Amino acid sequence: MNWLKHTFERLFYAALFLAVPILGVWTWVIADDYGWWFPEYASTYADEIDNLFYIIMWMVAITFVGTEVLLVWTMLVYTGKQDTPATYTHGNHAVELIWTAIPAGLLVFIAFSQMAAWNEVKMQMPEGAATPEHPYTIDEPMMEVWASQFDWRAYYPNEAGEFTGPGVVSTPYDIYVPVDTRVVFRLRSRDVLHSFFVPVFRLKQDAVPGMSIPVWFEATKVGSYDLICAELCGWGHYKMAGRVHVLSREDYAAWLKDAREKLQDNGSSDLVAVAEDDE
Amino acid sequence: MSSPTPSHPIGLDPAGTVHIHHDHHELGFWQKYVFSVDHKVIGIQFLFTGLFTLLLGGLMAMAIRWQLAFPWTQMPVLGQVLFPETGGVATPEGYTMLFTMHGTIMIFFVIIPLLTGAFGNFLIPLMIGAPDMAFPKLNMLGYWWMMPGIVLIMLAFGAEGGGPASGWTAYPPLSTIEAAAPGSMNGQTLWLLALTFSGVSSMMGAINYVTTIVKMRAPGMTMFRMPLSIWGLFIAALLQLFALPVLTAASFMQIFDRVFDAGFFTPADIVINGYSAEEAGKAAGGHPILWQHLFWFYSHPAVYIMVVPAMGFVSDIITVHARKPIFGYKPMVYSIAGIAGLGFIVWGHHMFMSGMNPMVGMVFMTATIMIALPSAVKVFNWLGTLWGSRIRLTTPMLFALAFVSMFIIGGLSGIWMASTPVDIYIHDTYIVVAHFHYVVFAGSVLAIFGAVYHWFPKMFGRMMNETLGKIHFIGTFVFTNGVFYMMHQLGLAGLMRRTADPYAYETYAHLQPLNEFISICAFALLFWQIFFVINLVVSMGWGKRVGRNPWGATTLEWDAPSPPGHGNFDRQLRVVRGGYEYSKPGEESDFLPQNDPSLVPADPPHEPAHA
Repeated sequence: MNWLKHTFERLFYAALFLAVPILGVWTWVIADDYGWWFPEYASTYADEIDNLFYIIMWMVAITFVGTEVLLVWTMLVYTGKQDTPATYTHGNHAVELIWTAIPAGLLVFIAFSQMAAWNEVKMQMPEGAATPEHPYTIDEPMMEVWASQFDWRAYYPNEAGEFTGPGVVSTPYDIYVPVDTRVVFRLRSRDVLHSFFVPVFRLKQDAVPGMSIPVWFEATKVGSYDLICAELCGWGHYKMAGRVHVLSREDYAAWLKDAREKLQDNGSSDLVAVAEDDE
Repeated sequence: MSSPTPSHPIGLDPAGTVHIHHDHHELGFWQKYVFSVDHKVIGIQFLFTGLFTLLLGGLMAMAIRWQLAFPWTQMPVLGQVLFPETGGVATPEGYTMLFTMHGTIMIFFVIIPLLTGAFGNFLIPLMIGAPDMAFPKLNMLGYWWMMPGIVLIMLAFGAEGGGPASGWTAYPPLSTIEAAAPGSMNGQTLWLLALTFSGVSSMMGAINYVTTIVKMRAPGMTMFRMPLSIWGLFIAALLQLFALPVLTAASFMQIFDRVFDAGFFTPADIVINGYSAEEAGKAAGGHPILWQHLFWFYSHPAVYIMVVPAMGFVSDIITVHARKPIFGYKPMVYSIAGIAGLGFIVWGHHMFMSGMNPMVGMVFMTATIMIALPSAVKVFNWLGTLWGSRIRLTTPMLFALAFVSMFIIGGLSGIWMASTPVDIYIHDTYIVVAHFHYVVFAGSVLAIFGAVYHWFPKMFGRMMNETLGKIHFIGTFVFTNGVFYMMHQLGLAGLMRRTADPYAYETYAHLQPLNEFISICAFALLFWQIFFVINLVVSMGWGKRVGRNPWGATTLEWDAPSPPGHGNFDRQLRVVRGGYEYSKPGEESDFLPQNDPSLVPADPPHEPAHA
């Protein structure tokens, strides 16, 4: 009877611990069907970032399943042999070397494999005057995005390329950008920390008061996407929502022209005000 | 020095009847149980305080989970307490206060006091063979400095105008300028003072632990004979000693910013809700990112303070209940030291998106990824220990095994967060929340439960009930995974943390059912702890009485009576071996105590807990 109870306990706990890798992997397999996975991607570097995630995922998955199954194995096998003593050993130098050196190599590989993408996304900001290949640079950015409690506001330069003075178009909450164009902009905050997060672009950057942070992306699909504040910015943080509207190049040019004309007609610097006047 | 002559079976001797100290006199109730200088009493005080604050932090988690599952609906029970003015419906500012307080309480008033305060105090002198801590009065002061911290943090929550609402990370300018968080008048200042009290308390503890471990080990207890629990606590104390002053200084700077408008973290040209530092004639010209550097310089090592002792406890629990020496003792010590050492140069990985120079991010990334190495070495050594062992599936063992299983998940998911490009997407999403809850809850809290079950007989001289313990374990294990594993999925879908109502976004609208599942698991997880509370209370009064060494363990604490009297040991101590001599071939007993057996009076070497 005691033996039966003991065997049941062994099997039960082994099964309980085995459920961790089984359900764990199963959840990830079915995740995409339920939308528990990355949203679609719509920028040039999104794919690369996802792939880096997948490289790590495979290493992690193999290690996860391997170690969890080993743990369950020990629970299954070494709970049964109570009549003979345990193996008496204080360790093994060679084994320690192997399981230190192999993960060390893999981890160094992971670290180095990440650097190119990081360099590309965060450090490669074209400087100087804009050229036909790179119509926007840090010095002549396409727009300035200002975050404040609790809205986003994009400013498009006037025809002289200035962000102050007459002719500067500003749009609250909605940001318009052209597709297939390297959009370089400056991110600023008026008050507290915010973070510019567009999930489909795989782009996130904090906005810091007192700093003007260069950011770039190149959208690959026309459409409207969520812009989410990703840094706690106060009670209204959850509703600091914006939209990024990716237009075709022609539509973007037409939109900007139209916006500037409306400004001239109204003398207002705010497109919302313009829109309200039209109604 | 009189040799003890027990008149009753050893192990049943009530506390304090057999002494090798002559100068002992009976203490009154207050000195014995309240203002005690005895490390064991202080440890138990920390334990119960920590478990109480754990309940507080847990209840806040429930309120958070309710809001995420059923946003803006009437919250049962808790709603009446937290949001009486709205009839129990959460408010957006109330929600930010809730997760701020949940994080703060869990980190500063639950995990750190439980690991270092409770078990550090209780175990260090017992496991190294010392009669008490090096500075008993300082030790008592350490406990009593935490009390104002707890009082202040509760006052902060209920402060006029609202509690602190800038997250446990308290990033300025949200935290420093009152206009930024409507209602936050004194709440944030009280919060900072509470943190300072808790920090000073930890500091006193850390000074004590390091001094005691360095200076007061029993004869023969070399550093490399110390149990891994002591190594974990020792290294955690060193981390506190070196990192805490930075947090204390930073807290004072933020207090100065709030109270005297010192402007350490306030940039120029800032306009918040109509408030402008210039117009108000206040100092500005500071930098918000300075706070992030100072804060994480402490708070990242703090993450290791919250796990390294747990790793030590788990190593000891596993060897005792698997009847096998630890596999690779020195690699285990070096890997703890490696985790702690690297822990000092990785704080920047919290700031990859902060606007910090991205070049620096690469350095922090490489250092952070390398932390996976000592962590992996630890996991492999635990598996090596279990290989060829003789596992007894006791409650403490189940919790220790669960720690290993859960730490694998929490450790591995860290690699994604460390990788800067991947972090661009997952930074501040729920995958981060899943990651640190796997380490701190599924890891450290489960290890704390295991440690309570394992050392309870030493604390109170009685066993905890095994059946209740196993019921507690099964539910806790299942619901913990139900809550935290699914958070990875939320994070992959891009869900941001600290969002009161995410479903307004198109991106998140479909995640509500998953959040509901997580919340139901969370409610069940909290409810399930009732089995632990019942077991704890009942076993203290009516548990089965045990002798000195119910588990058949080698380390010195099991050489003292259960519970140990004042001065701990009633025998001479001379340590002759390391703490992991189990199942040595050719020996009569399957364990060899660290203490010299020739000094031990005839004593049944092994009194099994469940005969």
